[in-house]
Amino acid sequence: MTTAPIIASVRDVSKRFVLHPEKSLKERAFSLVRGRRNSSEFWALKDISLEIEAGTTVGLVGHNGSGKSTLLKIVGGILEPTSGEALRRGRLAALLELGAGFHPDLTGRENIYLNAAILGLSRKETDKYLDAIIDFSGIEQFIDTQVKFYSSGMHVRLGFAVAVHVDPDLLLVDEVLAVGDEPFQRKCMDKIAEFQRDGRTIVLVSHSAEQVGSLCDRVVVLKQGVMRYDGEAEKGLRVLRETYIERAQDTTSDAGARGRIYSVNHVDAVAKAQGDGSRVTVDVVVDAHDPQPEWDVTVSLMTPSGVRLTSVGAKEAGATLPPGAGTHTIEFDFHNVPLTSGTYVVNVSIDAPDGFMWDAVGSAATFTVDRETTAGGILQLDASAQYRV
Amino acid sequence: MATNVAEQRSAAIATLPLRHSGRAAGSGPLAPVKELWARRDLVVLLTKREIRARYKDSSLGIAWSLLRPLAQLLVYYFALGELLGLSRQIPDFALFVFIGLTGWTFYAEVVQKATQSIVHNGGLVKKVYLPREVFPLASLGSGLFTFFVQFIILIAAIVVLKQVPSLSALPYAIAGFALIAIVALGLGILLAAVNVYLRDIEHLVEVAFVVLFWASPVVYSFRFVNEKVGGTWLETAYLCNPITLGILGMQRGLWASGASPEVGGWPPNLPWLIVLGFAIGCGFLVFAHWVFNRLQGNFAQEV
Repeated sequence: MTTAPIIASVRDVSKRFVLHPEKSLKERAFSLVRGRRNSSEFWALKDISLEIEAGTTVGLVGHNGSGKSTLLKIVGGILEPTSGEALRRGRLAALLELGAGFHPDLTGRENIYLNAAILGLSRKETDKYLDAIIDFSGIEQFIDTQVKFYSSGMHVRLGFAVAVHVDPDLLLVDEVLAVGDEPFQRKCMDKIAEFQRDGRTIVLVSHSAEQVGSLCDRVVVLKQGVMRYDGEAEKGLRVLRETYIERAQDTTSDAGARGRIYSVNHVDAVAKAQGDGSRVTVDVVVDAHDPQPEWDVTVSLMTPSGVRLTSVGAKEAGATLPPGAGTHTIEFDFHNVPLTSGTYVVNVSIDAPDGFMWDAVGSAATFTVDRETTAGGILQLDASAQYRV
Repeated sequence: MATNVAEQRSAAIATLPLRHSGRAAGSGPLAPVKELWARRDLVVLLTKREIRARYKDSSLGIAWSLLRPLAQLLVYYFALGELLGLSRQIPDFALFVFIGLTGWTFYAEVVQKATQSIVHNGGLVKKVYLPREVFPLASLGSGLFTFFVQFIILIAAIVVLKQVPSLSALPYAIAGFALIAIVALGLGILLAAVNVYLRDIEHLVEVAFVVLFWASPVVYSFRFVNEKVGGTWLETAYLCNPITLGILGMQRGLWASGASPEVGGWPPNLPWLIVLGFAIGCGFLVFAHWVFNRLQGNFAQEV
């Protein structure tokens, strides 16, 4: 196959936001007179360069406020960069908000035409797709009802149905795949998979590591407007988790000043190969500053792409956790873990009995399983097969 | 099979030039016009949305767009025409007032709606890339619609009152209306952009229109102005208002009983003034769009 053409290109893009809290004429006049500018600015993006090849699925990840939605909007032309340039070609559809521009007083059918025109479809093209759109949305019987009587689920279905029928070359998706009920979500995912087969390019902003891990060929990690990683998905998600930890540590030091009740001090995880499985031990060291009579530690084993394999609470697993300030060490022991070779991640949280979470550390430790495995995937199960006549 | 589709798509993409995602500051002055022309379907749909949504669920529907100016007409006709006696000096006062009101209402509606258009469509501006001019243009469209509905009544009134104007005067009316339309669009586009950054504008516009209403000869005739301040700089200043010129043009063209200068008191060089006003209006529209284009890059974050 020939090399894929570049469909979108972001060159040295920076974006500065100016925050000005006041907006009325009087206040502006006052600040003019005082000769003081009441505005502060911050850089949402700093020197981002990105070339997106046609047919790839790119995930933009990072924690809240990392600039990923801003970057998506710049690619989509909704925001203009302060410096640098963003170029693209082909037809674009942006799913930043499903049903953007729906007018509550118009019927579903009228809104399909309006929304399709907003996304760039001509009237003739909309006529052609109308039946398919209505069919996909699954709300035929309400299509001539005013949209204000729709449930939020119906609203979103119709919005998604229009957006995916625009025949985009480049689809920008911002967190909207997590909407609707489960069958509809599956329908959306099927549609995304179909898009990928058709060679359409998808740029996706998501908080779900699982979604990014399963959909994307490439992950871009942003932290505070700076690109931290750009490349293969699995490694990207690892980098993402590291940024989460950095952030958690930042907030921990903040929280310390406010008085944190319990915090995870240190976590160690080790895997040893055994006869028919691995033994995984996890040591959790917890600092108790303001001891409570009831507390519990939960350890979760995860795949690097964020699928939870198991969660175990210390109490349930037989440990007695004494109240008392100081350092507590809790040992978790998992026997006969049927995992295939690879690296896995441990998440730890400390919970109060009322469900409040005192502390949580994602990717607190990793362990590597290294043993002879015959199965593909995550689990090495005791399986046998035989030919039956 | 699937890869074939994919390869075809990527081959098609490879032939297209890379373009700026938004609207680049450096692109030619005609680029936005081309872009808007390509999206004319959308302007029509947005106009329809505005009109339909306005009267949806009301049992009288579009009739409401007639009732307001009709009520205004009745008030002015009785209060000013009969009680204050203006109808003795202005023949066919009802017709005269209605012509002026139709022109003025169009102007006020377009400018006020357009001023709010970007802010009111903030949801769309923030979430989808569109040439943002479509919103003030849709305001112009819905203003035109109301105007034509009123215009039909005006024609009916002309026929009923048997005051059919001469055909040779009609170009005045058309030119006057065109002048109002171009100024309204220019002002609307300019204020729509500024209003995003300074929300006071929409309230300021509302107040300004209450005052400006009396600065154009809608409910009194230009002859009064001419008699009071004729020949002084005040009259010149009065005639510098393009809307005054536009309304004068419409009255000159449609108000049959006031066609003679003795009754209407028309400024002698009215045709030239209208043409000059129109030319300046075009220049103003270009300027307004230039400002709009400069400001629109940050709309999504300011709305």
